[in-house]
Amino acid sequence: MKSDSNLEKVLAAGHFAVTGELGPPRGANLEAVKEKAAHLVGMVDAVNVTDNQTAVVRMASWAVSLTIKEMGLEPNYQMVCRDRNRLAMQSDILGAAALGINTMLCLSGDHPSFGDHPQAANVHDIDSIQQLAMIKRMRDEGKFLGGDDIDTPPKMFVGAAANPFGDPFELRVLRLGKKVAAGADFIQTQCIYNMERFAEYMRQAHDMGLTENTKLLAGVTPLKSAGMAKYMANRVPGMDVPKAVVDRIAGQPKEKQAEEGIKLLCEQIEQLKEMPGVAGIHLMAIEWEHRVPEIVERAGLLPRPQV
Amino acid sequence: MITATRKPMEEILKSVEPFRKILLLGCNECVTVCHAGGRKEVALLGAALRLGRLQKGQPLEVEELTLERQCDPEYVEELARTVDQYDAVCSMACGCGVQTIAERYPALPVMPMVNTEFMGASEANGVWAERCAGCGDCVLGYTGGICPVARCSKRIFNGPCGGSTKGKCEISKDVDCAWQLIWDRLKELGQTELYSKLMEPKDWSTARDGGPRRIVREDMAL
Repeated sequence: MKSDSNLEKVLAAGHFAVTGELGPPRGANLEAVKEKAAHLVGMVDAVNVTDNQTAVVRMASWAVSLTIKEMGLEPNYQMVCRDRNRLAMQSDILGAAALGINTMLCLSGDHPSFGDHPQAANVHDIDSIQQLAMIKRMRDEGKFLGGDDIDTPPKMFVGAAANPFGDPFELRVLRLGKKVAAGADFIQTQCIYNMERFAEYMRQAHDMGLTENTKLLAGVTPLKSAGMAKYMANRVPGMDVPKAVVDRIAGQPKEKQAEEGIKLLCEQIEQLKEMPGVAGIHLMAIEWEHRVPEIVERAGLLPRPQV
Repeated sequence: MITATRKPMEEILKSVEPFRKILLLGCNECVTVCHAGGRKEVALLGAALRLGRLQKGQPLEVEELTLERQCDPEYVEELARTVDQYDAVCSMACGCGVQTIAERYPALPVMPMVNTEFMGASEANGVWAERCAGCGDCVLGYTGGICPVARCSKRIFNGPCGGSTKGKCEISKDVDCAWQLIWDRLKELGQTELYSKLMEPKDWSTARDGGPRRIVREDMAL
């Protein structure tokens, strides 16, 4: 084992993993964190704690990670390259590891132009692949990026994100390959709605042997309404929501759209369970944490394994 | 070249408010090419300044001059005999020109009339685009001649990020995805293997992060 990560243990034991997500609040209210997190206890193997998602200032990812750790959840501490240089990253990683955070996700981060501080200087000292390699090196070689020895290396199970639907498509699997080569223990993908295109992506990744060297969790997000489906289809960069999916949700009366979204999600999860190389799902129930127990129950993903 | 755009008239008028006689100084290099601060722009701004101040009932005397290069002491020396006559120099050169004047004539206020923008190339008539960030350690040989530092919004060295859509950057449909351009060009060159190589963290000490930079060519010293 590379770490004490629950996610690592679940995946190593060959279980179909389930990870959730929790967005920190836009204030110093820890009760709000606990309330959201309580819905996830026992429902998922790890919880992604987002880092200033959509470039909007929120409570620190490490602080929320620590809080939910104390509640018995396994945090997947997200860290974006946008807000920190390599010094800040490494010091935060040491601090997180010292506090018992065992799982991390490396990300570029959304551009500040989307967020609440479009005037901000953005850092981008290293990119997410370099960040991944840096953490692997800290863990496996006990070295800082600058070359000095670390006296107590951080034991992190370290992952990265992949978007099978960004362009150019032919580069997507190659970029996944780069992340695996850089040391990604696991990969979580962007939300999948175009199952055909995702299956093709997985076939290529499988053929290249990438799924042997990393655990790939397929990203899914329940569509709560036709409005959300349309927003995801038209406004979110790098997102591929086929018209048939939007039409299916929009075809229901307003009060039944959320139910249809969950039904669609459960069908998708069944398909993903059968897909070669898919080691689990990453359930991004955006501001819908309270519906997670129902979703995982209906998708046949309970109880979560004790490892 | 260094690109610049003229400051808004309102800001310019406010900055010259304390003065009664100024030297409006253009530069015959980059700002001439990008139509921001050459002879023609000096004449236009000079007329606008006189008119603007007349309307306020506070006439401004404006002498117009355009130096061959404002960032070069040799040309800036031309002003030595006459510069005392003015309350201020209003420079239409880039920030290098403004600072060269300020350093040579320390007793004289120097007001910038343009905003220095970026190092750009001309894409079409009247269109300039950023092409170089002056990082001091060029990687263009590995990236198909397209710069990930200047042209990727996230400066990604192992791109593209998940936001690349139909060849465009996530920040705007008007911005090309640098990594789409890099990939297309690598394919054209038969150099796609360059993408698979992990590009190591960049040494930014050669860029602005290493502090203000200088080039010293001892072989050129007189």
